[in-house]
Amino acid sequence: MNYQQTEIPDYNFAYLDEQTKRMIRRALLKAVAIPGYQVPFAGREMPMPYGWGTGGVQVTAAVIGPEDTLKVIDQGSDDTTNAVSIRKFFARTAGVETTEKTADADIIQTRHRIPEHPLREDQILVYQVPIPEPLRFLEPRETETRKMHALEEYGLMHVKLYEDIARHGHIATTYAYPALINDRYMMDPSPIPKFDNPKMDMMPALQLFGAGREKRIYALPPYTKVKSLDFEDHPFVIQSWEDVCGLCGAKDTFLDEVILDDQGNRMFVCSDSDHCNERQAKGHRGPQNRDDSLTEEVAL
Amino acid sequence: MSRDSNILLSIRDLTMMYGSRIGCQDVCFDLWPGEVLGIVGESGSGKSTLLNCISAQLEPSEGQVSYNTRIEGMKEVYQMSEPERRLLMRTDWAFVHQSPRDGLRMNVSAGANVGERLMAIGNRHYGDIRQSAENWLGKVEIESDRLDDLPSTFSGGMQQRLQIARNLVTGPRLVFMDEPTGGLDVSVQAKLLDLLRSLVRDLGLSVIIVTHDLAVARLLSNRLMVMQRGRIVEQGLTDQVLDDPQHAYTQLLVSSILQT
Amino acid sequence: MTDMLKVEKLAKSFTLHTQGGTTIPVFEDINFSMQAGDCIGLTGESGSGKSTFMRMLYANYLCASGSVNVFHDGRWVDITTATPHDILEIRKVTMGYVSQFLRVIPRVSTLDIVAEPLTTLGASEEAAKDKARQLLSRLNIPERLWSLSPLTFSGGEQQRVNIARGFIADYPIMLLDEPTASLDAGNRQTVLDLIEEAKERGSAILGIFHDQAARDAVCTDFFDVTKHRIEYDG
Repeated sequence: MNYQQTEIPDYNFAYLDEQTKRMIRRALLKAVAIPGYQVPFAGREMPMPYGWGTGGVQVTAAVIGPEDTLKVIDQGSDDTTNAVSIRKFFARTAGVETTEKTADADIIQTRHRIPEHPLREDQILVYQVPIPEPLRFLEPRETETRKMHALEEYGLMHVKLYEDIARHGHIATTYAYPALINDRYMMDPSPIPKFDNPKMDMMPALQLFGAGREKRIYALPPYTKVKSLDFEDHPFVIQSWEDVCGLCGAKDTFLDEVILDDQGNRMFVCSDSDHCNERQAKGHRGPQNRDDSLTEEVAL
Repeated sequence: MSRDSNILLSIRDLTMMYGSRIGCQDVCFDLWPGEVLGIVGESGSGKSTLLNCISAQLEPSEGQVSYNTRIEGMKEVYQMSEPERRLLMRTDWAFVHQSPRDGLRMNVSAGANVGERLMAIGNRHYGDIRQSAENWLGKVEIESDRLDDLPSTFSGGMQQRLQIARNLVTGPRLVFMDEPTGGLDVSVQAKLLDLLRSLVRDLGLSVIIVTHDLAVARLLSNRLMVMQRGRIVEQGLTDQVLDDPQHAYTQLLVSSILQT
Repeated sequence: MTDMLKVEKLAKSFTLHTQGGTTIPVFEDINFSMQAGDCIGLTGESGSGKSTFMRMLYANYLCASGSVNVFHDGRWVDITTATPHDILEIRKVTMGYVSQFLRVIPRVSTLDIVAEPLTTLGASEEAAKDKARQLLSRLNIPERLWSLSPLTFSGGEQQRVNIARGFIADYPIMLLDEPTASLDAGNRQTVLDLIEEAKERGSAILGIFHDQAARDAVCTDFFDVTKHRIEYDG
């Protein structure tokens, strides 16, 4: 943007000044060059509290262009407070198009999920990350964790999985499930369900991770190998459900449990609301959505 | 008889200065396989500094620490690359701290504590790791039903034995110990001493043990070094140093202990 | 006969730094040797330094000058200049020492304590324990005590445990400091029998014997350290 010749807007395009974006892009380039490696960056104060996606917002601000279409999801849903406010933030500060359709988006900023719809090479997935360091659980010293990454000393990660099996009989870590990137760096995939881990592996889209409070950026370039940790005798498995989606009948999606009343009635629905709507539009129906009448079903 | 090729650890002219203050100075000695070397001296005599320098935790100002590695023979420890040195420290070496809290992960189970070194060297079979952990708890006389308990639920003596098991699981040849019986009451100390001695004998371990307790030194170590103000003032066979001390400081030290 | 131990021009003094650095000379110019099958009794009145001399041979005390050559593993080694590592090897394989005191780790069973020198030499646990049981039986230590630590035993029992431990490994050289003291007649005879058996095996034995009868029964020769004693009147 050449802002000397135009009317001075209320904000620079996408809120951050251009020098800050360049600084973040340099960090992103390094992160892409070393998949899974956490690059420190000079994170800025954003007009929202830490924990609300300040890291993801800065990354999105650094990569978004005026022609891009943005989708923001939180727990798979487009209409939670967090998703809505971030979408509005970019609509206002960058004037970009927004969408709820995964297929129509150029950039998807996400908290806690990867869309069910497979992503393409021309899309970017931006993750909001609370704690970027996968080793932090057992090793509080940053100096030591950095050394462990540098020397590929990742035995400690398995200590955590061991502890899971010892206590629960199986690997009970269900989200933020650690993965080894490109046979080199141990990475925390942010608190997505482990159900989504296989989607990261060899994904055609570029994946960027921003941690605002901890001021770290990391990335997975397209088609990067992502191996979820496991034991030979306790292999990695994703969650599965006996139920199908009550609305669209999908059997292969990540389901949320919805409590319907205080009588113990409940249903399972796709956590990815766009995917679910799309399926319903194509005529797929789940057990609680027969005759196009959800309310009647519930009343029973 | 003393074939130099058999030496396990060789220390030459080791000096550690903290600014102008002496940590330890001009220390030379060799350690052979299966030997237990005691280092005694009062607080502040430099014995812990020396132990940290020897065990690659504190780079000395001057001097060499050479270790007879399994594959490449004698190598200077501070000339190794950091990955190589760290690998050595968690496989062929072990370090038992005075406080179990320094040597254990208090927020994971006893089994995970023992299994950590195995996982660190690439063991990825949960069942095997758990089995080894259970065997080792047995060897240090901890009931196998405590395998999944947190170390914080253990007594001080049990924690110390757990720390030992955690260290020995990779079959190290050289073990460093810093006042391993320090915080324990007398009856628990005796049990630990007995355990340490049988482990040393059964596994053919070489040990360097720092202690201020001459009785512990007499029962565990074959050889003794006496430190005062950073220097080794006397060294020799443990019983000779304690029964016929030559240096004024050693004589004072020996005459200061209560007779048992 | 085969020489086993040769002492030449040996001298000893104590320097007491805690008493202003006073040096007390004890011995000078001791020359002495032992052959396989010898049992030499150290003589001299009480306080004349017999135990000191024995401790010097075992390298428990340092010598001021001179040499103590031990025939070990097919060659002569001077114990006064040998490294601690070599001395430990000599004590493990060649030279045994029965002192008047029992120093053991609490909690270790009597049977294990007696068997230990043999397992250290590489014998199997079972073989070592078998021989330990034989010796303890011969020395009349009741079987019910074998699993206990000897630290709770009476003085006489401790002494017999010490003897069992000293005799289990068939050392070529043995140093015995009052092995028959505080024993009753029956046990004393057992110890004398053990010494006879060691002599027949070809061990060279140096002993300090309190009682005349025991000394006369087993000794083939005598050595009086008093003659080398330096009188100190400071």
